[in-house]
Amino acid sequence: MSRETQLTEQILDLVGDRAEAEVLASTGNLALTRFANSFIHQNVAEEGEAVSLRVAIDGRVASSKTTATGDDALAAFVGAALETATMQPVDDDWAGVAAPVSLPAIEHADDATYDASPDARAELVKAFIDAGNGLLAAGYCQTEGQSVAFANSAGHVVSGRSTSAIIDGIHQTGTSAGSGHAASVAIGDLDGAAVGAVAAQRAIDSATPFDAKPGEYEVILAPDAVGTLAVFLGFYGFNGKMLSEGQSFVELGSRQFDEQFQMWDDVTDPRAMGVPFDTEGTPKGRLELVTDGVTRAVAHSRKTAKKLGVASTGNSIPGSEGWGPVPTNVFVGGGDRSVDELISGVERGIYVSTFNYCRILDPKTMVVTGLTRNGTFMIENGRITGAVTNMRFTQSFVDALGEDTILGLGNDARFADSEFAPGLMYVPTMHLASWNFTGGAEG
Amino acid sequence: MFEYATAAVESALAAGATYADARVVVSKQESIDVQNQAVQSLERTEQAGVGVRALIGSSWGFFATADLSLRAAVVAGERAAEIARASAAVPGDPMQFADVDVVQDTYQTPYVEDPFTVPLSEKVDLLISATKTMQEVEGIAIATGNLTFYDTDKWFVSSQGHRIHQHLVESGGGIDATALGESESQRRSYPQSYGQYETGGYEVIRKWDFAGNAGRIGEEAAALLAAGEMEEQETDLILEGSQLALQIHESVGHAIELDRILGWEAAFAGTSHLQLPKLGTFKFGSELMNITADATIPGALGTFGYDDEGTRAQPVDIVKDGTWVGVLSGRDSAAMAGLPPGGMVRADGYNRLPMVRMTNVGILPGDSSLEEIIADTKNGVYMSTNRSWSIDDKRLNFQFGTEIAWEVKDGKLGRMLKNPTYTGIGPVFWASLDRLAGGDEWIHWGTPNCGKGQPMQVAHTGHSAAPARFKNVRVGVRG
Repeated sequence: MSRETQLTEQILDLVGDRAEAEVLASTGNLALTRFANSFIHQNVAEEGEAVSLRVAIDGRVASSKTTATGDDALAAFVGAALETATMQPVDDDWAGVAAPVSLPAIEHADDATYDASPDARAELVKAFIDAGNGLLAAGYCQTEGQSVAFANSAGHVVSGRSTSAIIDGIHQTGTSAGSGHAASVAIGDLDGAAVGAVAAQRAIDSATPFDAKPGEYEVILAPDAVGTLAVFLGFYGFNGKMLSEGQSFVELGSRQFDEQFQMWDDVTDPRAMGVPFDTEGTPKGRLELVTDGVTRAVAHSRKTAKKLGVASTGNSIPGSEGWGPVPTNVFVGGGDRSVDELISGVERGIYVSTFNYCRILDPKTMVVTGLTRNGTFMIENGRITGAVTNMRFTQSFVDALGEDTILGLGNDARFADSEFAPGLMYVPTMHLASWNFTGGAEG
Repeated sequence: MFEYATAAVESALAAGATYADARVVVSKQESIDVQNQAVQSLERTEQAGVGVRALIGSSWGFFATADLSLRAAVVAGERAAEIARASAAVPGDPMQFADVDVVQDTYQTPYVEDPFTVPLSEKVDLLISATKTMQEVEGIAIATGNLTFYDTDKWFVSSQGHRIHQHLVESGGGIDATALGESESQRRSYPQSYGQYETGGYEVIRKWDFAGNAGRIGEEAAALLAAGEMEEQETDLILEGSQLALQIHESVGHAIELDRILGWEAAFAGTSHLQLPKLGTFKFGSELMNITADATIPGALGTFGYDDEGTRAQPVDIVKDGTWVGVLSGRDSAAMAGLPPGGMVRADGYNRLPMVRMTNVGILPGDSSLEEIIADTKNGVYMSTNRSWSIDDKRLNFQFGTEIAWEVKDGKLGRMLKNPTYTGIGPVFWASLDRLAGGDEWIHWGTPNCGKGQPMQVAHTGHSAAPARFKNVRVGVRG
């Protein structure tokens, strides 16, 4: 029996028949090798186990987490959770614990990544740095392995493993920076030299930027910029709590986007990361969020699903009670055009490698402000004609993807970095009709 | 607990480290969220473990484990050394480490009322009552309240002889009301966005009187739906204190972090427009701009006894009469820059690497008041309470949104305005500071959610601020 499964059994035994209970236990490791000024300056790893427990006594609900998993500590932990629950008012929205149900038969885990050594990460970092041929490099290589077990008092027991590996960084010329990013379930899929070469080329190409005039431009958004669009749509819009509270832009069944826009959440895709169940043990599957521009569904936990009279979609995450359930295995449909072909279709526009420091001004309108970063270029008459300094934008992400706004979709879909986290969004380059740049980053 | 930290340090040294330090951290957190008079979540979190840092040559390694046993501590020290050796595959310049006093001491943040012994029912009742009051205002769809308490014990040991135990208690929370219109939402919060946090006990919560302010913010949120939009223009901008605190955090606090200035955060958080050769001469703002980083302010959120490298908490001048004179630093970054170490290196738990973080970075008070500033303004806007914040990777170009604003005409507050925003370039903006309040309006605002680092770390920082006026600021920017 795995350690995490043993922990779930131990805790359910401690709870006994005193409460409904659900337990999520994890073991694993997280390691991150960070570099700046072309050397490794921070190099960290951690191992541990953690337990989350939610108990409900006649609808009185309390949650607890701990990393202290000795026998005495767990007994005290369970006792405190039960005591806390008894002091709670009844939660009318408590949806109970999940009934036993089978999981999709998929595992996104790679043994070499689970146990990746600091030497393996350093090797990827060195390849990234060397690809810059003397440019100043900064970034990180991360590997993670998690084993997760879930069990509840209704007899529902599931478990799974997941791994991820990421290489991400910039090269700098002194006047510019360019970025590269790659992520996979398997560290063996990562090519530090190739990612470093992309970053270096972007930095070199943007070494002599000029200030572009603020205004509306057509844009080519590289996957890391599209990743930010997708993550904002997912977290603030396709969020069952935000929808139930009237704070989401989502209107189910309405044509809210360009008909070329397809977005779905699917942990069963072989390219995805993570385990195929959520923090409530609900299996995850494919969830159509937008089909042919029509908004189809939002992500739900058991609580938000109960409120809206639907079934949970398995999207409860840690902190779902406050933030709401969100999609974390998002795919955006791509097209058949190369990036060069997309650029060739632009008469005058801006190519954006990544966005930075984006913040939402109003979730109902999805107006977001942020800046471009790590490679912003002017496109004229179908080709890149120069680099531009970073620009600030203030733009509704829903309007940017509205009717007749998508002028092209790339065939280069990949895991993108995003404002919130990497590994959540698998998206292509997009050519959009209009983007509102409100000023230059430096005045 | 010192024995675990000592074992980890000795193990790292035995494995080849020339320097090592370790922290055992045992912490607990209680967080209560109430929405519309119903408890949305009540969560208690405990964390315990040891993190050890090893230096070999010019390379660092860090390893953390949640297993608090001597055996695990020894393994952690060995693993930290192993990681440091791997770092040497891509080495940097020889590592320097500024000297500090080797201290054996204990420290405790003062508090009156242990927040973990206050009955849960009292805390829940406070939030239920406040959300009820907000909900009674017509148009309020969502009323929420939160309380969060932290209790942290840290035992620090270094191979140079440090042996420090600290016990930190922090308390905070807030309430907010959201009014929903047909295609918009408007929010008001109190005491500030995301709550007010301080070092101290439950007396912090009692002091801020959530119940007494719930009705007002409910009414303001509802009124915002019918308020006019702010016109895009350049005008005099008066900022309420908590918004100025966030302005300081984003456009000064992060810009003066020495690790950013040295390029160590270039790929993620970013760099800084500040360059070390200009330290002591760069004009950051007007003569009214006097910024300090002071980890010794009683009750402020960024207050502690020693940082996570064992350096004593201290006040440091950052901007004096408008001139940039100081940075936020740790032992390695200070040595590289040839500056004294500021004791500003902290980690988010046992399992994170200590890094340069803000302490209490605030502006010293002026001699005016909000009332006087408004009376002295012919045309302008008064903006209050942060709603959004965005700033570029050099900490120059910012755009902030606030929850609410009012026109200022001929020395008086006029009509309410919704969706207020303002934008600018840091030093240009700070140069336009011409009035600054003080007295009771100078408050040690606390920010409990400062993100930095990879893996991500969240720091608790303080920012003393008071209402202030800035001339000719671009406001009303929209998409």
